Amino acid sequence: MITALINQIPVPKDIPLDLPLPEWILVVILIFSFLLHILFINLMVGGGVLTFWYELRGLKNKDYDTLAREIASTITVNKSLAVVLGVAPLLSINVLYTVYFYSANALTGAMWISIVPWVAVAFLVFYLHKYSWDRLADNKALHLGILSIGVFSFLMIPFIFLTNINLMLFPEKWAEVSGFFDALTLPNVFPRYFHFITACLAITGFFLAFWFGRKGYTMNENFKNLSKKTIKKQMLNLALAATGMQFIFGPLLFLTLPTQGVTWGLFWVIAGGVTVAVIVVWQLWKLLNDEKEIVGRRYVWLVVLFTVLVGFMGTGRHMYREDALKTHKQMMAERTATHWKDVQKAHEGLLMPEVETDEGPVSPGEALFNNNCAVCHAANNRLVGPPLTEVVPIYENNSEDLKKWIKEPGRKRMDYPPMAGFPNLTDQELTDISKYLLEEEWN
Amino acid sequence: MDFPLFHLDFMGNRMLVALIAIIHVIINHALAVGFIPLVTFLEFRGYQKKQRNAEKGEAWDEVARKLLFFAFIITTTIGALTGVGIWFATSLANPASIGSLIRVFYFAWFSEWIVFVLEVIFIMIYYLTWKKSKQSARNKKRHIIFGFWLSVFSFLTMAIIVGILGFMMDPGSWEAQKTLASGFFNPLYFPQLIFRTPVAMMMAGCVALLYTAFMLKKGNPWRPEILKHISFWILLWMPIAAVGAYTYYWYIPRAMIGNLPVALATQQFQSWYDSLLIVMIVSVAVGFFISILGTLAPKRLPKYLLIIPVLVSFMFLGTFERLREFIRKPYVIGEYMYANGILVEEYPLYQQSGLLKHTPYSSISAITEENKLEAGEAVFNIACTRCHTTHGINSVVVNFEKMYGNQDTLSTDAMKAYMKNMHNVRYYMPPFPGNDAELDALAAYIAEQQKRPQQLEGAQIKGVDVKELDY
Ligand code: HEC
Ligand code: HEC
Repeated sequence: MITALINQIPVPKDIPLDLPLPEWILVVILIFSFLLHILFINLMVGGGVLTFWYELRGLKNKDYDTLAREIASTITVNKSLAVVLGVAPLLSINVLYTVYFYSANALTGAMWISIVPWVAVAFLVFYLHKYSWDRLADNKALHLGILSIGVFSFLMIPFIFLTNINLMLFPEKWAEVSGFFDALTLPNVFPRYFHFITACLAITGFFLAFWFGRKGYTMNENFKNLSKKTIKKQMLNLALAATGMQFIFGPLLFLTLPTQGVTWGLFWVIAGGVTVAVIVVWQLWKLLNDEKEIVGRRYVWLVVLFTVLVGFMGTGRHMYREDALKTHKQMMAERTATHWKDVQKAHEGLLMPEVETDEGPVSPGEALFNNNCAVCHAANNRLVGPPLTEVVPIYENNSEDLKKWIKEPGRKRMDYPPMAGFPNLTDQELTDISKYLLEEEWN
Repeated sequence: MDFPLFHLDFMGNRMLVALIAIIHVIINHALAVGFIPLVTFLEFRGYQKKQRNAEKGEAWDEVARKLLFFAFIITTTIGALTGVGIWFATSLANPASIGSLIRVFYFAWFSEWIVFVLEVIFIMIYYLTWKKSKQSARNKKRHIIFGFWLSVFSFLTMAIIVGILGFMMDPGSWEAQKTLASGFFNPLYFPQLIFRTPVAMMMAGCVALLYTAFMLKKGNPWRPEILKHISFWILLWMPIAAVGAYTYYWYIPRAMIGNLPVALATQQFQSWYDSLLIVMIVSVAVGFFISILGTLAPKRLPKYLLIIPVLVSFMFLGTFERLREFIRKPYVIGEYMYANGILVEEYPLYQQSGLLKHTPYSSISAITEENKLEAGEAVFNIACTRCHTTHGINSVVVNFEKMYGNQDTLSTDAMKAYMKNMHNVRYYMPPFPGNDAELDALAAYIAEQQKRPQQLEGAQIKGVDVKELDY
């Protein structure tokens, strides 16, 4: 039974409403807003990791503790922006990939919804860490412990998103997964994850080089030996090393992609991205060897390069998504079309099975009774209300009172719930029902 | 039907959505809409006092900053996440309907998002520039003016959020062809706003009073006066809140008449309506008492007692949000889509040829004696689980037992008769969408659930069965 079901591809129907905007505009909004969102996510996750790293080093060298504190203060703003900027891509992906995204969400539902409390708690933990720096100066173990909860959360939560985004691309796997952890182990989640975390470090290093290397930044007076130049250099080193690492994780990701979405177009876009990445590494190297204190024009040039690089990767990611889902989308469109033809047929009554031809036409009273009363009253069984054999005789020759009761029932039998009244029925309808009740033989 | 179905068999999916949304609304009201003006007000008083007594002015300024700090922490964590969480929860609870709504109301959501982003950014600016604003009187003045505009802005966010939340949780009254504006400004919208605004101010005052009472030590020389000011703030809004409450109370039944065709619901409504009055009177009285005490004798204010008005005002808002229960409809999009995610137009197809035949997410197409219970479960999943659980909140078994007076065993015939017509007697439920064989299977499943209760796991735990469909 189970084995027969494996690899069945579910083909649901699509939502039969038009997109609110032309598809290409939504795609542009999606890619653009997503990249903006992910930029701040990168800074938030990378910032968390670096804070931890420098605070740890700060145990030996106080200067690094100061540096960690400076980095921590950037997280607060970045994380708030990351969250609010996430809504636009969320909305856009909901609109563009409704069936795929929601299906993946439901299949990993418990973890998916846990994002809400988990992220909220992680943010609170980061605040606690930030604002207890002085108070816990003598208890670094506890302070680092608090931070490690936050950093751990930041490192784990991306798995939930990546698993969803990955699962949604493979409808043929939906029947196989039961719960989040099954979906997590699908190929490609882990390579994606390492690619992402490394990007966090690269972007954060690059950003912090600017943050500490900018003209307006005056060194905190707590620094004893650490100079602006050294900090800038360390940050650029990190950016360079992490970007270099992507030459391992990138191909790993590409090679583990299930082949169905890999096309030549995608290949060329990725190849374009890789070319830019090579230039980025080269320019980073040059910037690193600049002896200047302040990041200069080359930095701006690198920002442009990074943007182009990310643009290539974002486009590639979108192309892969489209290609991977192309066949399935087509199947879904065909099924949706057939479905609506069937609906049409049903409206014309063509699908009616052996229609149970009711004996003779139904009187208006009987129809009203079936619609409104039969739910609770049967001829001689107790349903919600008492059987008709019991109640009809009460109103023998007294249709006026019966009408009154139906409209506004009283309370009589205490072993029954109260009956709901029907103030919405017209007088004619009440007459019809009463007539039907009183004239029929009930037994 | 077309989605694997997430399902919480104890709490129910609607409860999940309601929980997240209510937390969000409370934070939005108490800590943004009401709090920002209060903080700005205190900051302004501090600025005035500084002219005569620098130390005093400084102390006031610091209290205002700490209050804002508290609001800042909560709104940028729990507040922001529950805001996003509403999307997560609604799409899990009812993917088909949110998927459709998002297409119809994309722009409403998008503009809410813009407002949301701006709000978070502005609160951050207001808080993070506080230290700098102390450098000169000019900076301070600018900062206070910024606070004033931020207050106006947060009011606008509420005005928008109330409208949008209203339809996200109970969008049934939005007819598919109606315009955005007509759905937004439903008849209760303005009375609600008139009422919510002063309530938000009062809630903010209550929270601030509690927080300040704990933050400032008993011996602090400025403590009594600050507490007095905050109490006075609550007192100031009290009459407006009372008028707002009355207006709203007066409006509800008038706006609801068209929505309440069934008398039994009227009974429930009446009891809610009565309890609303009591809750309103109690909370206004408690608030009044505490704020009078705080205004006249701030030193006597017992700090642990201050939790009461906070709880009462939260309870107040909670009771108030229950109103939605009574305007519920069987539709998510009026006359277009039912709350079970099935389109009105599709009903004849499913009622004639069955639901299961048309869903990829059940291995069953034709119902036999052997697979009847399994089929019943699948039908229950599609037709009822968006609103019911098996044995948890709004349990279908308990509902039937209550209806049939807790008889020993539920009769499948009686249940079948009920389900076939349930939309006529309980107008908030959609008609049964399947065919007779499925009705039979569903009744058998419910009867079995009564005899041998078993948890119904959602797709997030047990995954989905899939079959290939002919098309
Ligand atoms: C929700 C279930 C329900 C529906 C629907 C319902 N009834 Fe009843 N009915 C009851 C119950 C329960 C009682 C017993 C009430 C009592 O005795 O207090 C009752 C009692 C009655 C009685 C007995 C009154 C008496 O004087 O003893 C009549 C007659 C009656 N119903 C007619 C109708 C008619 C006609 C309709 C349809 C228009 C209808 N009912 C719809 C539940 C229902
Ligand atoms: C739109 C959501 C919705 C759907 C779908 C739905 N119900 Fe209900 N149902 C409700 C609500 C709301 C109540 C009222 C609960 C209350 O008042 O506490 C209710 C009440 C009931 C009751 C008790 C009625 C009474 O008179 O007290 C039964 C029985 C019931 N539902 C069965 C079902 C079955 C079976 C299905 C699936 C075929 C179903 N419902 C689908 C929302 C729904």
